[in-house]
Amino acid sequence: MSRRPSPARSPLRDALHAEWTKLRTVAGPAWLLLAAAASTVAVSAASAAAVTHSPGGGQDPTRIALTGVQVGQALVAVLAVVAIGGEYSTRMIGATLTAVPSRTTVLFAKATTVAAAVLAAGLVGVLGSVLAGRLLLPAGGFTPEHGYAPLSLAAGPTLRAAAGSVLYLVLVALLSLGVATAVRDGAAAVGVVLGLLYLFPVTAGLVADPDWERRLRQVSPMEAGLAVQSTVALPDLPVSPWGGVAVLAAWTAAALLSGGLLFHLRDA
Amino acid sequence: MTAGTTPYRSALPGGPDRFRHLLHAEWTKLRTVPGWVAGLVAAALLTVLFGVLAAAGMPGPCAGGAGGPAGGAADPGDVRAAEDGAGGAGDAACTPPVGPGGETVNDSFYFVHQPLEGDGSITVRITSLTGLVPADDLPDDGGPPAMEPGVEPWAKAGLIVREDTGQGSPYAAVMVTGDHGVRMQHDYVHDTAGGPGGVDDDSPRWLRLTRSGDTLTGHESTDGRHWTEVATVHLDDLPATVEAGLFVASPSATHVDDRPFGLSASGGPTRGTGVFDQVDLVGSWPRDGWRGDHMGDDPVTSSLGEMGEDGGRFTLSGSGDIGPAVGGQAFGSGRTIEQSLVGTFPGLIAVVVVATMFVTAEYRRGLMATTLTAGPRRGRALAAKALVIGGVTFAVALAAAVASVVVGERMARSGGPALSPVGTLTVVRVMVGTAALLAVAAVFALAVGVVLRRSAAAITAVVGLIVLPYILATASVLPGDASDWLLRLTPAAAFSIQQTLPVYHQVSNLYVPANGYYPLAPWAGFAVLGAYAVAALALAARLLHRRDA
Repeated sequence: MSRRPSPARSPLRDALHAEWTKLRTVAGPAWLLLAAAASTVAVSAASAAAVTHSPGGGQDPTRIALTGVQVGQALVAVLAVVAIGGEYSTRMIGATLTAVPSRTTVLFAKATTVAAAVLAAGLVGVLGSVLAGRLLLPAGGFTPEHGYAPLSLAAGPTLRAAAGSVLYLVLVALLSLGVATAVRDGAAAVGVVLGLLYLFPVTAGLVADPDWERRLRQVSPMEAGLAVQSTVALPDLPVSPWGGVAVLAAWTAAALLSGGLLFHLRDA
Repeated sequence: MTAGTTPYRSALPGGPDRFRHLLHAEWTKLRTVPGWVAGLVAAALLTVLFGVLAAAGMPGPCAGGAGGPAGGAADPGDVRAAEDGAGGAGDAACTPPVGPGGETVNDSFYFVHQPLEGDGSITVRITSLTGLVPADDLPDDGGPPAMEPGVEPWAKAGLIVREDTGQGSPYAAVMVTGDHGVRMQHDYVHDTAGGPGGVDDDSPRWLRLTRSGDTLTGHESTDGRHWTEVATVHLDDLPATVEAGLFVASPSATHVDDRPFGLSASGGPTRGTGVFDQVDLVGSWPRDGWRGDHMGDDPVTSSLGEMGEDGGRFTLSGSGDIGPAVGGQAFGSGRTIEQSLVGTFPGLIAVVVVATMFVTAEYRRGLMATTLTAGPRRGRALAAKALVIGGVTFAVALAAAVASVVVGERMARSGGPALSPVGTLTVVRVMVGTAALLAVAAVFALAVGVVLRRSAAAITAVVGLIVLPYILATASVLPGDASDWLLRLTPAAAFSIQQTLPVYHQVSNLYVPANGYYPLAPWAGFAVLGAYAVAALALAARLLHRRDA
């Protein structure tokens, strides 16, 4: 006799289970998550080891110790893009939508799974970075004698920077998922996402007008989002730490909304 | 009736698998996929569009500097305003002085002078060079820092012969400096070192500047009897009567700040005070008497200039600098060509996407098997692909780079900020280099695409390797050394091909990537990217041979 799923199970749970299985049973995502966490820690540790205390002050050891997030975000973006781009390139999307006809459910399930996976990898990467910073920064002169307490999550600003960095990675992943859903092609989607992340800071750095520069940094998903890592000189930032996260969240919401809308309106 | 069993034979002549056939096949593949053509066109359009937007976002030539004296040291623009004497009001002040070589210069100092007719010389003894510099501690209210005693390392006191007292006039000067010994400098950008050491009452320094036609010779002496030549320079078409005399200049101090968004420099005007005596004139000096004037119309440096004379002993105080205007992009001292080419970055991302898909799409659709059947020698198939994507990218990027520079120049001329003048060869190097950068990046992306066989991963790897180090080096919290090494070791080194700002060792400045100064020479930086591309191609060829398609 054919086995049928019990009607009591909710379609969302099934969709989540399906997406989790897809993510879990392909080698790529696991490697990407591992690479994201590892590169975050590695680059953070390298930065923490390279930096030395300057008497002028104004340095932000917490932010330096979290530099690796800027590299980890690229891998997290690839993971999210592959999660939906792979469905289109292999025509798996037809089977997915046959099994779960509600596109909102599919997208929600995908977003939830990707977010959960990135949350886990981000936690590992960011906690590893903080630990590396705690161990390596004192060698560069960031010692209590110079007024720098060891990096600790017990300190409010450091906790905000760390938690915000994890949240940042999750939001970048969801932004990438939204873009990839809208574009339907992994390569083009990665190009768009990397452009969104990287072009704002590059352009802002080359624009001579300070007002324009500040404006660009305020709306840049990467720089506004990473403002959450700052623990010193907060009034100098173009945008407040949590305000910056809100800017990135707005980009993510816009990407997911437009992706979801196109997903609804188009044939697969 | 023909026999039905005759197999089909192509009408085309048989022959070896000619390389040009492979090229033709790859060119056909590239031009017949609408998405790729659109991607390359988008690369060109994005390049130009970003350049135009960046140019539109530039301040006017007077913006930022005009409020110089009131703004204090917190705004980096003020350093420039104080330094180049262009910060005053009025139309003339909006055009910074231009030296004989066409470069933007600073020409701001205290000048005690009189005319010299024909050949002659001036000799002087300098017994002290002291001064005032901004205190290290910036006041909390953001105002200008207090002054404390100290000598700016490039403070100058010495003798100068100028064509006239106009801004940007040709000159030759011999001088003692705060921390760089005796120097002979001329026409703003040229510098020759003399003997080391500073001056004080116990070890004064005699200087002599001799004019003979278009030739000017600087001598120095530690005792007034034994003279050593510092340098001989030629100033073309020097008029018969020149302005000659004593001068003191002291360039703005440069403080390095580690701010949350990258390095920045601030500082403030400094003041140098030199004591001269034993002035000895040879030749025809028709007016018997010295005039003291501050050169340049910047109110801050002007207010710091003054002179006193007491029985043949001159005490001159001056502020400003005679030299090339530097500062780079962060200071907004004129626009540079590389700012018109900010569109290289979006263009690069688009090109990398197309170049990667040029090969990963073959893997995805199984076309790779056909490609390798048609051209079984895999190395040649890869070479054909690389040549086609590299060549097409070069052509498209060259057109985009030329368009960006031309549009940028037009906008600069139509009332925008002045473009720093550079030689034609440099412009050609920047435009061809930008096109070559994108072409090599495309080949690199192609090779990484063969290695990884996955579009998303390959694109991220290439864009991450080229763009991310640039961002980390120019806009992050990394210390200067780490930034320099990033731009030596990663493919991002190639952006040095766009640098037009010359480094002047005789002018204090933050010569850091964030200001547009790269650690490697233009073509050396480009070679780093080339090495990455060659290594990736070699790995790709090897993997193509070893793997099944």
